[in-house]
Order: sequence, then C-alpha cells, then structure tokens
Amino acid sequence: MKYTKRIDGRKFDELRAMKAEVGVVKNAVGSARFQIGKTVAIAAVYGPKDLFPKFLQKPQSARLRCNYNMMAFSGSGERVRPGANRRSKEISMVIEKAFEPVLDLSEFPKAVVDVYIELIQTDAGTRCAGICAASLALADAGFDMKDLVCAVSCGLVGDQVVVDLDKPEEDFEGGAVDIPIAMLPRTGEITLLQLDGEISKEDLKKAIEAGKEACKKIYEVQKAALRAKYAQEVVA
Amino acid sequence: MSKLVIEERQVVIPGDTLAEGMDFLPGKGAFREGDNIISSRLGITNVSGRIVNVNALSGRYIPRRDDVVIGYVKDMSYSSWFVDVGCAYEASLSMKEATADFIERGSSLSDYFGIGEIILTRISNVTKEGNIDLTMKAPGLRKLHGGKIIEITPSKIPRVVGKQGSMISLIKDKTGCSIFAGQNGRIWIRGANPEAEKLATEAIQLINDKAHTSGLTERVGAFLEQHALEMQK
Amino acid sequence: MMVSRDYIESVIAKQMRIDGRKFDEYRKIEIEYGVSSKSAEGSARVKIGDTEVVAGVKLELGSPFSDKPGEGSIMVNVELLPLSSPLFESGPPSIDAIELSRVTDRGIRESKAIDFKKLCVREGEKVWLIFIDIYPINAGGNLFDACGLVALAALRDAVFPKLDGDKIDYHVKTKTKVPLTKLPISCTVWKVNNELIVDPCLEEEMASNARLSVVYTEAGEICAMQKGGDSPLTSEEIAQILDLAEIKSQELRRHFK
Repeated sequence: MKYTKRIDGRKFDELRAMKAEVGVVKNAVGSARFQIGKTVAIAAVYGPKDLFPKFLQKPQSARLRCNYNMMAFSGSGERVRPGANRRSKEISMVIEKAFEPVLDLSEFPKAVVDVYIELIQTDAGTRCAGICAASLALADAGFDMKDLVCAVSCGLVGDQVVVDLDKPEEDFEGGAVDIPIAMLPRTGEITLLQLDGEISKEDLKKAIEAGKEACKKIYEVQKAALRAKYAQEVVA
Repeated sequence: MSKLVIEERQVVIPGDTLAEGMDFLPGKGAFREGDNIISSRLGITNVSGRIVNVNALSGRYIPRRDDVVIGYVKDMSYSSWFVDVGCAYEASLSMKEATADFIERGSSLSDYFGIGEIILTRISNVTKEGNIDLTMKAPGLRKLHGGKIIEITPSKIPRVVGKQGSMISLIKDKTGCSIFAGQNGRIWIRGANPEAEKLATEAIQLINDKAHTSGLTERVGAFLEQHALEMQK
Repeated sequence: MMVSRDYIESVIAKQMRIDGRKFDEYRKIEIEYGVSSKSAEGSARVKIGDTEVVAGVKLELGSPFSDKPGEGSIMVNVELLPLSSPLFESGPPSIDAIELSRVTDRGIRESKAIDFKKLCVREGEKVWLIFIDIYPINAGGNLFDACGLVALAALRDAVFPKLDGDKIDYHVKTKTKVPLTKLPISCTVWKVNNELIVDPCLEEEMASNARLSVVYTEAGEICAMQKGGDSPLTSEEIAQILDLAEIKSQELRRHFK
C-alpha cells in the first residue's frame, strides 16, 4: 500500500523530538533519561560489584547485565503484568550484546555491572530508547567505552522507507516492517539488528542507511546531554 | 604534523578525538585509532609531556597499592577480617598486618576489630584478579570512633585535599572539624557539633559537584566564610 | 552518605537532624501530573527531597466479587526497583514492597475515597478494576508517605477510557474522572533514639526502630494505620504520633490544592 504522508506529519527521514538528561538517579553510579517522541526511558548503572552465583563470573572482565522492563502502566493498551517475561528477557539480552563491542570492563574481573532500564511511557522504539539511555548512563558512570551507542528503529511503512516508527505507524493497516538498529557513531558499525515483517533486500539496505543517518542525529543529542552535566557555569 | 585537539583540563566524552598524529601517546582513559588518540571515557583531560590522559569524573573506587582508605569491617574468619573498601571486591586484613600485639590461639578477633567498625587502613597489595590485602602497620592508621562518613566520587579526592593539603586545611580551619579523606572517596568528619559537621559536609559536596571547574579554592573559601558567620549568629 | 546509627542518635539527642531540619519538618515536596499521559489513564510523579516515585493508573474490566456484585475494586502494587537503590534486588516482590503496597491500598480503600459503586458497569457481571502501580525512581527515605501521595495524585489525574460495548478503547479517553471523593493522606512518624520525627532520610530510617503510619481523611478521621519496626511504642507515644500526624497530614493535603 502507498504511504505518501506520515501520520504525524514528519518527513520520512525525520526523527521525533528528543530530550536527554544525565544524572537523574542520585543513588546510581551513573544514570540518564532519554525521550524520543512519547517514548520515555530511564537507565541507571550500579557496580562493579560481586557477582553470584560464581559460575557466572568471567575471569578476565566484569559481566555486563542489562535488565529491560516496562512499567505496568506504560503500554499502549492493557496493563502490562509486572515481572520479567520472554519479551523483556530477550530484549535485555540483545541490549547487552549491543554494548559488548564498546565497553571495556577488563579492570574488574569476576565482577558485575548492572544496567537497569525502565520504560515510563511507550510509543514504539522502546528498546532503542533504552539503549540510548543506557549508553548515557554507562558513560556517566565513568566506564571505559570506545564509543557511545546510538539506536533507532527504521523500516518500511506501506511502501515507504522511514526512520523512527511510532506506534500508529507500526500498526499501519497497509503493513509495516520494524527494524531496530544500534550503531557505533564513529565507525558506523552495527551492534543490534532485528527485523519484524517482510521486506526486499533493496529496501532493507535503504532502511539501514536511513537508520544510520538518523543515529548520527541521536549521537548529537547524546553528546550534548553528557557535556551539559559538566558545562562550566559562569561564576558571578 | 601532530597536534593536540583538546585543551588541558577540558571535559571530554567517549569517542572524542584528543590528539592527531603519532607524536602523542594514549594514557589513562584514551586509546589510539589510526593516527588519532581517542577518549574512552567521560572525564577531564590531563596532558603530561607526550601522554594524553583522561581522568574520570565519576565511577566506583579502583584499588591501588599504597592508597590509604576508609573501610567497614564486614566479617571475620579465624585469621583475618574482611573489609568493604568501596570497590568491586572485599579486601582482607590478616592478623599479622592488623596489630603488633600477640594474638593468642583461639582468641576472638572481634576484640580487635568488630563487625561494623570503621578503620583507616592502607592497601598493601592488589592483584589483577581483585585480591586486596590491607595493613594497619603505618603511622596514623587506626580505628575511627564517632563522627560521620560521607562518600564522594573517588577521583575527586585530590581536589578535596588540594595542593599540599591546602583545601582540606581550609575546611578544617573554618569548621574546626577533624577530617580524614580516604583515597576510596570516603571522608570521615568529626566536629564539635552537628552544625560544624554539616558545614564541612556541604563544603566537600560543593567540591564534589564543581571539581571540574577552576577557581575552586576561592569558591569554597567564600562559601565557608559566609556560613561560618551565620553559624556564629 | 554513610552515617552510623550511633551518629544519627547522637545528633537527635542534641535535638537536631543531620540535614538541619526540625523534627516535624518535611523535605521539599513536588507533585507533577501526567508523567505517562499517553500510556496510563492517570499518572503522577512525587518528589520528597531526594526521594522520587512515579505512579500510573490503568483501568480494566473484570468480574465483581460475589459478595459485592455491584462494586468495582482497586489494586495497589509497589515494586522496589533495583534501578532506584543499591539496596533493592531483582526478583519477586520483597516483604517491604508488599507492606508498602498493602498500607497504601488500605488508606485508599478504607477511607472509601473511591466510590466503588460508581465503578459498576453491569451488576454481577462487569465492573471497573483500578490498578495503581507505583515505582520508586530514587529511594532516599520515607517511601511510605511518598507512595501514599503519588497514588492519590495519579488517581486525581485519572479518567475513564472509552467503552465500546464490553471492549475498552484505550486510545480514546473520556472526560469522566475516576470517582475520587476524599483525600486520605498518609503521614508516617518514626521513633529515633526516643524522639519522634517525620520524613526521615535513608540514614535516619535505618537508625529508627519503630514507626507508625497514620492515614487521615480531611474530616479528621483515621482510616488506616501500620506500626513497623522491632521496638514497642507506649500509649503516650501513640497519642503524640496521632496529634503530629494529624497536623502534618493537613499540611501535606495543601499540596493538592
């Protein structure tokens, strides 16, 4: 089906409005909030600390453990039953893998670093918003990382390649393909890639390229948020 | 042509280019990629000769040999104590390193250091695997009685101490508190009354929040001056 | 800050608190509505000093209890997220989370702040169920009062979704407010070193060995209580706590004006 105009009026390569803030959970070692459109994610980092049971320990570095969760009221329809489910466990795992290539935890063998990601409100793109928040929180916590990680969903709505699908677009009656990607902004390498739907190889390549361009814009927002925390205020 | 892209004491974030060309070397918090030196952390730059470092502005304590730290006694075995020094691993204090006294076979270790007690101690050894040994055998190391402990980002302790201890002396003078700053970010404060301790706490918190800025000594001095007056009223 | 119990007690003994407040003084309170207005039927955020909690209200249709065929119901659930404190762990709800949930639930239920009869859709068949889910974002002491306040704030913000026969259309909200007729306010008084304080910071909370939560309605009726901690309270102390909590609950209620 033809998709000639986006439901919320954006251009096809336009992201929703973004807002990022670092240091939002005082108790945590590092934390951040990332909002894109109406999707709001908070991430907090704790550790490194002892890891039990022992068989989970890695001898050469700390283990990164991510925990993605949607608050019970944050869904688009009915209440989400609290607690982990198959979906949240899989998402937590792919988020961990999205950070493996950049995060250097070799200074903390056998320990664990916990990243908790909570969604307060959702309008699609939750795992990507979670990754953007977690990336800021890990940097805020002072861990060595080769790069930040930027993530966005791209894909197809009807016959049109778009970036940053919202919920109405995911549910488009003419069909939609959702492709969450995470990218390392300096090298352009991809660390998360999933796809839901049906798409031609040509369109897929176009969508990923559009997603990568979108990630560069996210990167700018993330950098600004990190620098804002330490912006030197003018001393009167 | 090699050149620095950043200034000294500039806040940088992971992925920022710090220097171009082969004349510079990556130090702490930095790595080389092709011709460039890149920052691997959120921190503040420090160039020493050809080496470009990024000092962290956050994060938990990373234990180093000879650091003097403040620890909480967590547990004990037949022959040693286990101490929380605020890092990823528990440290251990052996009987031999704990006291010059002769401890008789079978006597209770809690007569010396009990669970929950606070000690000023020194890290005598750290292994890559995270084994940390402590010692009490050096001047000044002891159990800390009374007072309170506040925790700040460990990498900011040098700012709290200041050049030749100037900053910490300033706070001690203006508040009349006894203060020990452990390298692990824990600071012990004991003063004549809770108000004095609160003032010292706030001054240290100010340093923690503004450690990346310049003119910190003047700022803290002014802060203490202003509040010391209020306290006298 | 890591201060020992002895230190907290010594400061309290000098008739002071570590952050300079008076015994009966709350930290700064902020209430914000609609923090999840796209997803939840009602939502709010409450900050008390460093403590921050969010809550969301979801409405569902269900069958009534057989003994109350014409009444809907509420369900309060507090989850102590490990995101909000190094002291909380992942896994099934801890006993602390369950206690917080139940005390918050009781204050709303027993005060009859919600008119359950107005939640009836078809007697004996379909009624509205109100789910209130509460999450700390940063746990810095006094979660009891924070949870009580945020639950009320989220309820005040809540409207019914559109009903299409027996199906709820969550994308369309009506203008009908959830029938909240009273504002039951929880005030928890903590005993530290034989003195009574309100709104403890985390360290004070850990140094306390007895507490009493009292929920007052605006008419001055007490609708729920919960004593916690290992130590007993004397009748005199309970009388003092009731007086203090009454004054403080009136003060807290002003945040809803």
